[in-house]
Amino acid sequence: MTQSMILGRKIGMTRIFNEQGRDIPVTVISAGPCVVTQVKTVDRDGYNAVQLGFEDLKEKHTLKPRAGLFKKLNVTPKRVIREYAVEGEANVAEGDVLTVELFTVGEKVDVRGVSKGKGFTGVMKRHGFSGGRRSHGKNSVMRAGGSIGASADPARVFPGTRMPGRSGGKNVCVKKLTVVRIDSESNQLFVRGAIPGCKNGIISITK
Amino acid sequence: MDKLAVATQNDLKTDIPEFKSGDSVSIGVKVREGNRTRIQMYEGVVISISAGHGIDKTFTVRKVSNGVGVERIFPFHSPNIDSLKVIRRGKVRRAKLYYLRELKGKAARIKERL
Repeated sequence: MTQSMILGRKIGMTRIFNEQGRDIPVTVISAGPCVVTQVKTVDRDGYNAVQLGFEDLKEKHTLKPRAGLFKKLNVTPKRVIREYAVEGEANVAEGDVLTVELFTVGEKVDVRGVSKGKGFTGVMKRHGFSGGRRSHGKNSVMRAGGSIGASADPARVFPGTRMPGRSGGKNVCVKKLTVVRIDSESNQLFVRGAIPGCKNGIISITK
Repeated sequence: MDKLAVATQNDLKTDIPEFKSGDSVSIGVKVREGNRTRIQMYEGVVISISAGHGIDKTFTVRKVSNGVGVERIFPFHSPNIDSLKVIRRGKVRRAKLYYLRELKGKAARIKERL
């Protein structure tokens, strides 16, 4: 379980050069600042968790049930609220502000987001099937999935058989991405490699 | 400017001389051998400048070395480029000089732009 977490938005991918002159593909994330809106404890709530709020919201757009929470903490209302389970006592208190300085360069982080929705896709895109033969007169099986099971026995298709359907738009976690750069002035985090989701998508980073 | 361009703003070099496709350039490339770094000169004709922007921009330099065509792609803002000098301005009629790959000897010459 994690102790350091922050919410952000994906800005996009680019490259930077390291000290050795090597070209590194990076994803830029605009992360934090996040406010700790609630700390949950076993005694009171039955489990340990930290709740974060991210991105300011106009008062009139605030959801009524949440308004009281922000008023109690005396902070501007937040758009995104997310909870993180923590092991044992939380190392933060309600009202604390978390920034990218939580992380250090070279550290490994896990990045979570909702992957880009692909709609209804075939079996090749969705499950990486290889499809059929493209030459030798094959024209109806080029992207087909092939057999989905045997015949009279078992006389049914097994549950979980990989078939076409909706793909993408799911929670995806990419683990152990290296933090390449931290810009605490503009609240930006540079991680090596790709992360799930579209530009401007909500991203959760944990250590 | 979009946020991505702003994020890498400070990584951009400002001292790159202006050059175009068809120009001959001489580049001092940093080569790392263990802990030592030395400068290796690479000289050739710029045959393409990529459509990339900012830090993603690259250019391709072609030369014929011992009868073998060599092309290297350099990122404009790479710290491995120690120096860049334009030796000769070329007069060409297109931005991508990929046709040079098919030509050799006298036919592969480029007129000088004065």
